[in-house]
Order: sequence, then structure tokens, then C-alpha cells
Amino acid sequence: MKAFAALLERLAFTPARNAKLQILQHYLERTPDPDRGYAFAALTGDLKLRTVTPGLLRGLAVERFDEVLFALSYDFVGDLAETIALIWEGEPQGELSITEAVHLLETTGKAGLPAAIAGVLDRLGPSERLAFLKLATGNLRIGLSARLARTALAQMGAPTLDEIEEVWHGLKPPYPEVFAWVEGGPRPDRAALAPFRPVMLSTPIDLDELRALDPADHVAEWKWDGIRVQAVSEGGVRRLYSRTGEDISGAFPDLIAEITWEGAVDGELLVRSEGGVASFNDLQQRLNRKTVSRALLQSHPAGLRVYDLLIWNGEDLRPRPLMDRRAVLEAADFRSDRIDISPLLSFSTWDDLAALRADPPDPVIEGVMIKRRDAPYTGGRPRGPWFKWKRDPRVVDAVLMYAQRGHGKRSGYYSDFTFGLWSGDTLVPVGKAYFGFTDEELRELDRFVRNNTTERFGPVRAVAPKLVVEVAFEGVNRSARHRSGVALRFPRISRIRWDKPAVEADRLDTLEAMIDAPNVFDAEAARAGVRHGRTKRRE
Amino acid sequence: MRADDFLYPTDAGLYCPPGDFFIDPVRPVPRALITHGHGDHARAGHGAVMATRETLDIMAIRYGEDFTAARQVADGPVRVGGVAVSFHPAGHILGSAQIRLACQGGPVITVSGDYCRTPNPVCAPWEPVPCDIFVTEATFGLPVFKHPDPAAETRKLLASMAEFPGRPHLVGAYALGKAQRVIALLRQAGYDAPIHLHGSAQRLSDYHLAEGIPLGDLRPATTPKQIEGQVVIAPPSAFASPWVQRFRDPVISFASGWMAVRARARQRGVELPLIISDHVDWPQLTQTLSELRPQEVWVTHGAEEALVRWCELNQLRARPLRLVGYEDEEE
Repeated sequence: MKAFAALLERLAFTPARNAKLQILQHYLERTPDPDRGYAFAALTGDLKLRTVTPGLLRGLAVERFDEVLFALSYDFVGDLAETIALIWEGEPQGELSITEAVHLLETTGKAGLPAAIAGVLDRLGPSERLAFLKLATGNLRIGLSARLARTALAQMGAPTLDEIEEVWHGLKPPYPEVFAWVEGGPRPDRAALAPFRPVMLSTPIDLDELRALDPADHVAEWKWDGIRVQAVSEGGVRRLYSRTGEDISGAFPDLIAEITWEGAVDGELLVRSEGGVASFNDLQQRLNRKTVSRALLQSHPAGLRVYDLLIWNGEDLRPRPLMDRRAVLEAADFRSDRIDISPLLSFSTWDDLAALRADPPDPVIEGVMIKRRDAPYTGGRPRGPWFKWKRDPRVVDAVLMYAQRGHGKRSGYYSDFTFGLWSGDTLVPVGKAYFGFTDEELRELDRFVRNNTTERFGPVRAVAPKLVVEVAFEGVNRSARHRSGVALRFPRISRIRWDKPAVEADRLDTLEAMIDAPNVFDAEAARAGVRHGRTKRRE
Repeated sequence: MRADDFLYPTDAGLYCPPGDFFIDPVRPVPRALITHGHGDHARAGHGAVMATRETLDIMAIRYGEDFTAARQVADGPVRVGGVAVSFHPAGHILGSAQIRLACQGGPVITVSGDYCRTPNPVCAPWEPVPCDIFVTEATFGLPVFKHPDPAAETRKLLASMAEFPGRPHLVGAYALGKAQRVIALLRQAGYDAPIHLHGSAQRLSDYHLAEGIPLGDLRPATTPKQIEGQVVIAPPSAFASPWVQRFRDPVISFASGWMAVRARARQRGVELPLIISDHVDWPQLTQTLSELRPQEVWVTHGAEEALVRWCELNQLRARPLRLVGYEDEEE
């Protein structure tokens, strides 16, 4: 646990990607199996342990410590596991390996868990206590993606990152065969049929940057506002993966049932409605579910809009140019009315494409995708072959109403803001935003909140309605759960309007006019809403 | 005399009517007793200042010889008005003192200033000063603060220097006290190469050397080409200035008790946090109160709420003074 704790600490404080890679690689080289495999899985979020809940941790704390002192400490530290690791009174005794820690968490029953965790904390030093608690809660927060972790593996030996990614799915912690492979052993057998293949990602672009490229070298498609998925069917095994390789088949049995072909395809998961595609709001009803009810399958049927083929009828198409793959795709028969092909857009100049982007035919379009005709299908996010040119966010000028102290990196700062719009002469809160501003702006906002507090409710302060913030967002839906009756998607503070008087902030009806789709059958109103959004002033 | 008539908080700081003086006033006053030389406790412009010889020297270095109209070295017990005053080591920085106050028929009050009980090579160790009322800081007055052994933290710095031999290590440390302590800790750990200093720490470090504190070979950090792979000590504020740009790929470190909390380290962009503090941590703070067992505890600044709660739980009378103007110099 000592080495793992030191690793977590180093990774947590090291901002540079390459230094992170070096630190992780060194750890993996110096740590024996199976410790390194469990550590690796913990870092990539692949260690599926019985999750220790915040409630359990709080229970441990109040059993040992005065509730007031603990609450004051937590408020200061801003992270529950860290607070407990720091406040706990224990003396380090011997070493507890990460393997032992994992086994303990795996084998201890729910009832015995609190006592077992307390027992471990009693015999660890502070940084090991934190590492153990992070492991137990499954929340490491060290800013290291699974892909970056596998990059460190690839640096250890001959296998390339893509080769590692290909065999990865179906392998289980502590991955002894992978470590043996990177250290010169044989390539592990593909452990499962229908594995996930690394997805090709795009980078953002704007019109100025596009002008440097030749439109003739590129094709464009709509960017659908759904969920990027990979559907795979091999030897009778059919799976649906998220773009990070998470198996989400369980939530979409209706789509799985439609897969009657052999291959691996890349596309957008959408919820269908009569005559078209339903809003992202409707798709959200289907997400994050382990199982799905029959009623929901009926009311929110899932569909797939395919834009690329990775494997088709046993042939790996990925090395071939996009237009070759596209030809196979257009000739393919998916034998389902729920699966269709994302059409190519017709354009000859970037200005043509800009005009299309400005006036999409469907509210479920959030911009355009631009892809190089000759590019092979490459996992990861290579800069160049694929670009996304998202539609401009919509904005409103809202009044800052409440602020809450942040946690984690921002503990001590008022960084979570509730803003409102005018309805008559009262302000109605319409949403919360906690990013979009720079560190410098955060300090200014924090100062504003402290100097303009009118009331305090625990960590929340009400502020005088003086400051206007420009809030950018991707969409707005009706919501019965919000007092204002509307819910914003992806709101962030795009600009602080120190110059603008609060009375000149926008009104609630301005926002209501932007509502995407009151329901899936009212497409006309939805389109009207999309087109009348204001243009952004700043990213 | 009631305690509240003997010493009470005012906007200018703690005021003692029978002696007609303030302790660590935050504004110019006719007579000031100063516990230590940190800027928020020791300000210029008072009519008369009484402090330890080292504190007076430090104030003269920082503010010029005319920082006060009259000065008096606190040396043994003295009477100020009707008050018996004595200064006792606080273990915080060079010259830091606790001030004991007594008067006929009144309680004995110890104003501890900022203090620390961990041995510190650059100053005299804290001494217990029995009293009826103990006036304490609570900078790290939360049970999460248990400062580790500073020697172990110093080894972290040396280990990082060994791992990244090509990268200069910039250690943020307050120019008075912390900078010299970090240097002394490095020397105790056997590091004897030259250590480079940001300009703001130079004169105060020279003063420590003149006082016979062995800090070894100190050099200005003006010639970056020659200091690669070595240690540079600078005030943390320098890290936000273009001064940093002279170093190639530096490891940014920070020596402070706040580094115990990760979010604090991350907020500051620190890559190598070192938990080295010149203040009492929670165990030392509560141990001090348990040992002194004063009739009453007054908490000047810091996390007073938690300390007052602890006192409640341990049957000690306590109250926060809510003094303003004392920033934490480790920030």
C-alpha cells in the first residue's frame, strides 16, 4: 500500500502528461504481480469492488469523532475520504499490500465492512489510509484516463497501444498475461468474442481553421446529438459499447435484438420517435439503466445511425481509407428499420457547410462532423482526420443568485453558482453552473460572493442580485422538477458581465422560447426554438 | 481586576488598559508589544515598540531603522504601567515570543502569539508559561492537521531532486522563518551544496547567519544557468510572477502546513507539497491546553470554532476573540 499510496500522491500532483506516464511506468516496472495489476485496474476504474458508500464512511467517522469537529474538518478539507484519512488516529503497523486490501474488500460481507475498514485504517499511516479509502470508494480522482494508463503499458515493451487496447476487453484484473506480454511473453488470446475496438475520436475546429484545409479532401455529416456507440456482433455474441468501451448492452435489449449481421460498427445511438429522432432528453430516459422496463422500450425505442464500419463480415476495414469503408457501408444491408446510415452532406466550400450547419433540418443535430476521405480508422484522438464543428451554444444573461463553496480542487472557493432570470420583478432560479470561467475569474467571483453576501445557509450564500453572468448552454427542456419549469443542458458561465446592470438581464420567457422539444411530437415548435437562439459571443 | 478589563480586543488589536499598550496591533498605536516579526503582527509606525532583540532587528531590516519612534528590548521581567510583562520563547520563528502579563489582583495572561512545539533549528524552543488565561492562535485548529516529521518531508524533497536531477526545485517558503528553516532542515539532512535564494529572502537569511545559525552556502538566484538541479528558495508569491520563467521545467514545491490538504496544494499548482509548518498542529495545540489547564482559553485567529468546541468537550472555558487583520503568513 505504501508504494501505491506514493503513486497516487505523485500522480495527483503531477500535471504533465509525460511525467505522469513516467511515474506510472516506473511503478509498473518495479511492482510485482498481482499488486501492479490491481493498482492498474484501480487507476482505470476497472476494479469492481463492493462500493464503500460515503454514508458508510460518515458512519465510521461519527463513531470515532465528535460530529461537530468532523463536520468542521470536512468542510475545510472538502473531500470525505481525505478528511477521514487525515483525522483518523492510527499508527502504521507492517505493510498491507494492495492485493490484500482488494481481497479484504472483495470477501468481507456488507455487515462486516465498517469494522473491517476501521481495522485497516487503524494500522496504516495517513497517505496509505487515503489510498485505501480511495480504493474502497472507487474514486481515485487522479486525472489519468484508462487510455493514458495503457499508454504507460505500451511504453514498457513491444506491443503497441492499439494492440493492447484490442486484447484488453474481456481480460480481468490483475492482468498477469498482459504484463507477461509487455515483458516479452506471448500475446494473450483474445479473451472474449465481440470485443471493443478503440474508437476514433474527433477534435474541435472552427471556420478559420477549416479554411486552411481543402474541402475536396473531406466529407461531412451531421453531428447527431445522441450517444456514440460501437455495436459488435461476432459468432453470435452481440454487444453494445459506449465510446469508452463500457458494455451498455443491458440497457438496450431492443437494439441488440435488431443486430442480425456480423461486424463491428461505429454510430450514434438515438431514441426514435414518430417520423424521426427524439430529443436528447428522451434518450436520457434510457441511459444509466441496468435493465429497462417494457413500457420504456415501447415509448422510447432505441435506434442506431451508423457512420463507419470497423469490421464487416470478418474483414478488418480499419486500415482502409474512409471512402472505401463508406462504400462497404452504403452497400451493407442491416436488415432493420431501426438501423440506418448517417448521410453525407453535399458541399463544395466551407461556406456551404457553414450554411448547412447554421440551419440543420432536425433539432437532434448539434453541428457537423468533417472527416478526411483518405484516413484509415485510427483509435484515439489523432488531430486531423476527424473534426467536430459544433453548433454555437445558446446564451442568456442571467443574474447570480446563490453560490456554494466548491469541493476538491476548489474547496475554499465559492465556485458553484445558481443563476436566475426575471419573471415580472422577481428572479427565478433557472440553473447552476460551476465552470466556464478561468482561475482568475473564479477568484474574482469568489471575492464578489464574499463581499455581497446577504444570507448564509451552511456552505451556500445568497448574494445581492447585482452581477450578470452570460450563461452558455447546449439546450433547454421543460422540466417538472425545476421551479422555473425549464432545465438547461450543459450550462456554463461563458462571460462575466461586470458592466451590465442586473435589471437588464434576460427574462424567463426568453429562455422558454428556446425550448427544444416540448414533446417528441411537437417538432415544429422545437425547430423554431433551435433557430432563434442567439449567437455566441465567446467560447 | 476582571480579565475583561485587563485585556480585550479592539479594532487595532488586543489592548491592555492598565499598561496602556497593544499587543501586535494592526494599526499604528502609541505603545505596542510585538510577539514576532511577521508582517501582520509587526507593523511599522508605532510610537514605541517593545519586543525581543531579534524581533526589533527584524523589524528594522524590513521597515528601516525608523520603523518606530522609540524601542525597548524585552529582557527579563519589566513593568509597563501597572503591568508586569515578560517575554518567553514561542518556537515559531527567530525572536518569536509569548508575552506574559500580570497585575495586582488580576489574572495572569499569556499571549502566545504564533507558536510551535516541534524542534526548530532556527529558533529557541517553546516554553510553557503557566497562566490563568491562555491566549492562543488556532491557525491549524482542526483535527485533520497532524504535521508529520519535518525531517521526513525534507527527505521527500531530496528524493525528488535525485529523481529529476535536471530540474531545479523551487521551494516556496515565506521569506522570514520558513525559508531559513527549510535551509536548516536541508543542512541537517546532509545537503551541503549551495542553496539559492530569491532576493526577498536574502537579507533576512543573512541576519540568521549573523546570529550564528548555520545555513551554509547561500547564493542569490539570479544566475539560473548555474543552479539547475539545485534548490531555490522563494516566497510562494514569486511563483505567480515572471521571475519563475528563468527556470526551465522547474518542480514547484511549497513548504507549508496547508500542504496537508490536497485541494490546497492543487489550488496553488504545487507539484511537490511539503508539510512543514511553524505553527502548532492539532495534537500540539490540544496537548498545550491540556498541560497548561488555564481557567480560560481565548482564541485569537484561525479555526477558532473547532478549538472552542474541543475546549467545550474537555471542560475548558473558551471564547473566540475574532481578531481581524491577522492573515496567515503561510498562505
